[in-house]
Amino acid sequence: MVAQNVFFYLFAAMIVLSAIRVVTAKNVVHAALYLVAVLAGVAAQYVLLAAEFVAATQVLVYLGAVMVLFLFGIMLTRTEVGRSQDLTNRHWWSGIVAAVAVFAVMAYALIDAFGWSRTPLPADTRIAVVDGSNTSTVSDAIFGQYLLPFEAISVLLLAALVGAVVLARKD
Amino acid sequence: MDDLLLNQFLLLGAVLFCIGVYGVIARKNTVLVLMSIELILNSVNINLIAFGAMWGDIAASVFALFVIAVAAAEVGVGLAIVLLIYRNRRTVDLDDLAQLRG
Repeated sequence: MVAQNVFFYLFAAMIVLSAIRVVTAKNVVHAALYLVAVLAGVAAQYVLLAAEFVAATQVLVYLGAVMVLFLFGIMLTRTEVGRSQDLTNRHWWSGIVAAVAVFAVMAYALIDAFGWSRTPLPADTRIAVVDGSNTSTVSDAIFGQYLLPFEAISVLLLAALVGAVVLARKD
Repeated sequence: MDDLLLNQFLLLGAVLFCIGVYGVIARKNTVLVLMSIELILNSVNINLIAFGAMWGDIAASVFALFVIAVAAAEVGVGLAIVLLIYRNRRTVDLDDLAQLRG
């Protein structure tokens, strides 16, 4: 179990430092590349929590598709691909105030409710393994109990696809 | 510290959420605001998966997958809107997009 903790803190440090660089980087492309590090770290946390199918989906959808979309968005809007100072607005300190206030409330609530050492995760964090792997359990859940939400998501994706084409098309 | 604790994942999610909130408020470039929203959505997913591991419930993974799908749709439409704004106004600077101010 110690190894899991070592990797948790390693990836947590990577996530937090890269996330801070995402919101402070002076270069839009650098921010996008730091976002890749954040998303990869989050995928690693999913693996630590034994949700390997979600981790694989995170890598495919976020690291693959969404990041390419972001890079296309950066290139197509030509938002100074080089270094530019003008990415943070004048009232950035109000963002600090809001973030610290939100974190104070959430940290107090979390430590109050799930204090350190009171709620260890189950020793083998295998999530509801019926037979086989986590992936087969997820697929059983999606195509059984959650079939209607799954179909709704596919309609949503179709609508988003059509909407994006209609919006971005040059007439 | 020999066990993985629920709280360390929840606090990591809280930190990531707050960094995302800061980014949404402080950033001026529309694409960077969308990236900050992705940080927030990922923090929510960490919380979902951590609670799923805690209670041994597979619904958490299913909902995390739905969140990922909705986030992908959101980025697609969001970037299309940003592209349209850029094409019409030659800027994606949020401070310059104040036409709706009364």
